[in-house]
Amino acid sequence: MRLPVSWLYEYVEPEMDPRDLASRLAMTGTEVDRVQMHGVDAIEHFVIGKVLTCEQHPNADRLRVCTVDVGEAESAHIVCGAPNVAAGQTVAVARPGAIMPDGTKLKQAKLRGEPSEGMILAEDELSIGQDHAGIMVFDDGLPAGRLLAELFPLQTAVLELEITPNRPDCLAVYGVAREVHAATGSPLKPAPWSGIDLGEATGIDGVSITVQDPDLCPRFTAVAYENVTIKPSPRWLKQRLSAAGQRPINNVVDITNYVMLLTGQPLHAFDLDRVAGGALTVRSAVEGEEVQTLDGQIRRMPGEGGIIEDAEGPTSIAGIMGGSRSEIADDTTRVLMEAASWNAPRIQSTSLKLALRSEASSRFEKGLSPEAAIEAQAVVVALMEELAGATRVPGLIDVGGPGPAPLVIGVREARVRSLLGVEVPRTKQAEVLRALGFGVADTGHGLDVTVPHWRRLDVTREADVIEEIARLAALEVLPATLPGGRPGAKLTWPQIVRRRAEDVLVGRGVQEIAGWSFAAPGLLDKLRLPEDSPLRRVVVLENPMSEDDAILRPTLMGGLLDTARRNLARGVEHVAVFDSGTVYRAWPDSVPPQERPSPADEHHGLGVLLVGSPQPPTWRSPKPPPADFFAAKALVGAVLDTLRVPWDVRPANDWPFLHPGRSAEVVDGTGARLGFVGELHPLIAREWDLEGGATFAIDLGKVTALAAEVPVYRDVTTFPPVRQDLSLLTGEHSAAEVLAVVRAAGGKLLRDVRVFDRFERDAVVSLALHLEFAAGDRTLTDDEVNAVRDKILAKLAASGVTPRG
Amino acid sequence: MIDRIEELERQATAAIDEATTTVALEQVRVQFLGRKAELPNLLRSVSDLPPQERGAVGKRANEARKALEAAIGERVAGLEATELDARLIADRIDVTLPGDPPQPVGRLHVLTQTRREIEDVFLGLGFSVLEGPEVETVHYNFDALNHAPTHPARGRTDTFYTGDGDVLRTHTSPMQIRAMEQYPPPLYVIIPGRVYRRDSDATHTPQFHQVEGLAVDKDITLADLKGTLLDFSRAIFGAEREVRLRPHFFPFTEPSVEIDVSCFNCKRNGEPCQVCKGTGWLEILGAGMVDPNVFAYVAEHGYDPEEIQGFAFGMGIERIAALKYGIPDIRTLYTNDVRVLEQFG
Repeated sequence: MRLPVSWLYEYVEPEMDPRDLASRLAMTGTEVDRVQMHGVDAIEHFVIGKVLTCEQHPNADRLRVCTVDVGEAESAHIVCGAPNVAAGQTVAVARPGAIMPDGTKLKQAKLRGEPSEGMILAEDELSIGQDHAGIMVFDDGLPAGRLLAELFPLQTAVLELEITPNRPDCLAVYGVAREVHAATGSPLKPAPWSGIDLGEATGIDGVSITVQDPDLCPRFTAVAYENVTIKPSPRWLKQRLSAAGQRPINNVVDITNYVMLLTGQPLHAFDLDRVAGGALTVRSAVEGEEVQTLDGQIRRMPGEGGIIEDAEGPTSIAGIMGGSRSEIADDTTRVLMEAASWNAPRIQSTSLKLALRSEASSRFEKGLSPEAAIEAQAVVVALMEELAGATRVPGLIDVGGPGPAPLVIGVREARVRSLLGVEVPRTKQAEVLRALGFGVADTGHGLDVTVPHWRRLDVTREADVIEEIARLAALEVLPATLPGGRPGAKLTWPQIVRRRAEDVLVGRGVQEIAGWSFAAPGLLDKLRLPEDSPLRRVVVLENPMSEDDAILRPTLMGGLLDTARRNLARGVEHVAVFDSGTVYRAWPDSVPPQERPSPADEHHGLGVLLVGSPQPPTWRSPKPPPADFFAAKALVGAVLDTLRVPWDVRPANDWPFLHPGRSAEVVDGTGARLGFVGELHPLIAREWDLEGGATFAIDLGKVTALAAEVPVYRDVTTFPPVRQDLSLLTGEHSAAEVLAVVRAAGGKLLRDVRVFDRFERDAVVSLALHLEFAAGDRTLTDDEVNAVRDKILAKLAASGVTPRG
Repeated sequence: MIDRIEELERQATAAIDEATTTVALEQVRVQFLGRKAELPNLLRSVSDLPPQERGAVGKRANEARKALEAAIGERVAGLEATELDARLIADRIDVTLPGDPPQPVGRLHVLTQTRREIEDVFLGLGFSVLEGPEVETVHYNFDALNHAPTHPARGRTDTFYTGDGDVLRTHTSPMQIRAMEQYPPPLYVIIPGRVYRRDSDATHTPQFHQVEGLAVDKDITLADLKGTLLDFSRAIFGAEREVRLRPHFFPFTEPSVEIDVSCFNCKRNGEPCQVCKGTGWLEILGAGMVDPNVFAYVAEHGYDPEEIQGFAFGMGIERIAALKYGIPDIRTLYTNDVRVLEQFG
């Protein structure tokens, strides 16, 4: 809402400059986006002039060269391009030094060789209208040199207000004036409608109004005028409308806009002679029925919308936009002025579905009181008489009447204190509430507060009244305290596990990224996922930002691959990145709705992608090898070992985006799956313009459940372990199979076993194992250790694994 | 005989003193104390002497041998130390070459780092950290938070809907309701997490992160909200900060306020401040006292609005990070350009 300050000052004039006023309003709940100047500046350079001579420009067909008396000893030479300029006219002149609305400063100039000492003005050049058809011509009685600013306002500060949706009463000059009054204490002049009585609702001869749907239209008022002359509005009114962001049209339409801006209540003016049958009916729309609006568009109505129709059919979409058939025309002489109140949710929903918003609908959709309709009608009367020469036709139509009796809310003083944490004297509470227009009665332990009609929807409970007290009397004196009952707090175990897992990767040189939750549906194909893949059970968005963001990611892989490609394209030589975030799937049918803790199956994933060497080339190793399966496996191991989660990998081929011979599932100690590790499938690498890469991803939720929150102490010094190495020829067996045999045979006394060397010669694979034997209650003897070792060798031999050499 | 022993000792001592390397010293040792040297032979042949001489000669020879051995040992230690010094000085590397193998540096994303900072501040203030689902029901996201059925935020131009009629949560506030359903008062929690709105420009991305705060107890006041967020602001933006409360409107708080923190950038130089645009204040979050209508949705879980009261707030992690680190366009944070990311964390 654009609020011209000069207009505001007509009702309340705080002694502060517009910027200070803006700050004060902001601190009491009316946000001010900007303070702007509207119009021209250096106004002493804008004067009345008399055109003495007007001749054709020697070098330009469309220009004239004029001499203009501007009240000084010497007349001014001014080049003018307006078609209507003529000798003898009284005109408005901007002299050199004048600052135009766009901020440029007028200078002496030469136009096609002719000097020009100023400018003869059209309305748009003063920002008081759009009219650029010709210069303004004034009454000849005005003397040359008279300051233009004495005739009508040339400039005003404008506050651009951001009105919160609960305060439609502040989408009005007088509504803001009331706020300014409460916020500054400056006296408030009476409302522009006060003291005006429209008389009894006796009806109007020749006009009939029927409201078929009172839910849609709680109140419909109409006043008729005759002898109306349609013409442009006076400049003071045009200037106000322009400053408020409204385009002046003609006097009657301008009156409706002016009164709306002043009171907050939209109005509509019908050409009464074009209302077929003199009868208007307000009814619900039929779903799908078509209405032509003022702008010439055909609109298809939703069922909750409202229609105003006359004997020939729809003329307006209720509360949103009028129709062209009965709009004010240049030959209009009889006007029916409508001010109605409408069901806010129905207006909002209709406006949304029609994708049609207007100044009117943006007010009605927030809920205006029925009382406001009559207030607006009262303001219109004098303006119609003054600006359009109109005569009011006797009578008034008022269907529905005022709204319900005002609500009285009891406000307990103790509650005010306990909610705000500061004492606000009851007299102060009463003072600010009265300033806002509330009725106040002291009850001894608090206040009984009567809500004015313009706050009827917004203020319905004690807490709402306390908010009014808070914003005007408490916030600025509020102390800063801490709640007394705060318990101790720490992160939960899953939160600690997540941080630790992330920190392990960061400590090993992996950069965290933040991927998008959105993904393209095509990602699923690009990852080569089969039709029955569980990763295809995605959450689909109905209204994505674009088709490429139409699903939620079922895996972190897409974002990791995209990140790798983008960084490599920008010249980064190697990529080691991880994402720690939610992945989303639709629930399978096997989980019944009542067992679903949330609408989608969400879990927290940790995914890594390594492309290129994990280490940069150095002076000692100029060509470090690119990250492979084992680099990724080492990283996932570092994460899981740090968290003390028993883990292993098993060959598996369930991820079509991984190299089938170089991928595995990561499992816990019981063999349950935690995630995958592997090298990228060459086709995936090619799809993302990569030369390869290694990756892993694990479900952190599952990891959390396995991580030991409280480790148990183990004695490591009393009974030292015995260490031995074994070199084995492993035949066809994988390392994991050999270790499994060793562990099984080693029993309790084998505390640890690790592969520390592997080599292959002539297709024969040797593994070197490091064994550690220990018991918790004694130092093992050589005989005991040798017995276990022999048992291990025997079991290995049975599997075809023999000691080397 | 004794004279000869002493002569040998004199010769040997002089030779020891003259030896300048451990090799030369070893030659001296062999010459005077080796298996074929004269002194050891003298000692071995003491038994051949007449009995009255044996004692004196044997004793003197033994003394001489021990003295020489000690002198050699001492001289060896000295020479070895000198030689080691010389060897180590010759064994020189270029210490200015890079360390190797290199230890690549990883970093947290600036949003994770900022989130952790915020979490840690509130943990210190006694607030636990909760998380909740991102795909959320209309009930939790709007209805139970007192949004009118026609509230514009419900529109499909503002909010992402799934095919099943659920929404991507537009704020972390639905967890207020879920938390109160799950835990009885007193409740002091923050809820960080990812949220979604259909918006994209330099200060908005369709996904972003919020931290919700909720404190419900018997006597929580608006002044407590101010104090809590003052502590927070000082921890994050510096000990000199002040906060102010500006009235605002949110459907699920009453009274509602926006919180401004005094600008941390203004005094850095004399120029007009670009961070706060010269206002001296930065808007950081929306907050207020929990609306009684919200408590009404969870009244059966012990939240009777006549018995308890509380405050709630919600802040944007991107906004806090952008302010703190001077990031001009938050969309940069999701392009995941490592050259940007490695500046933080």
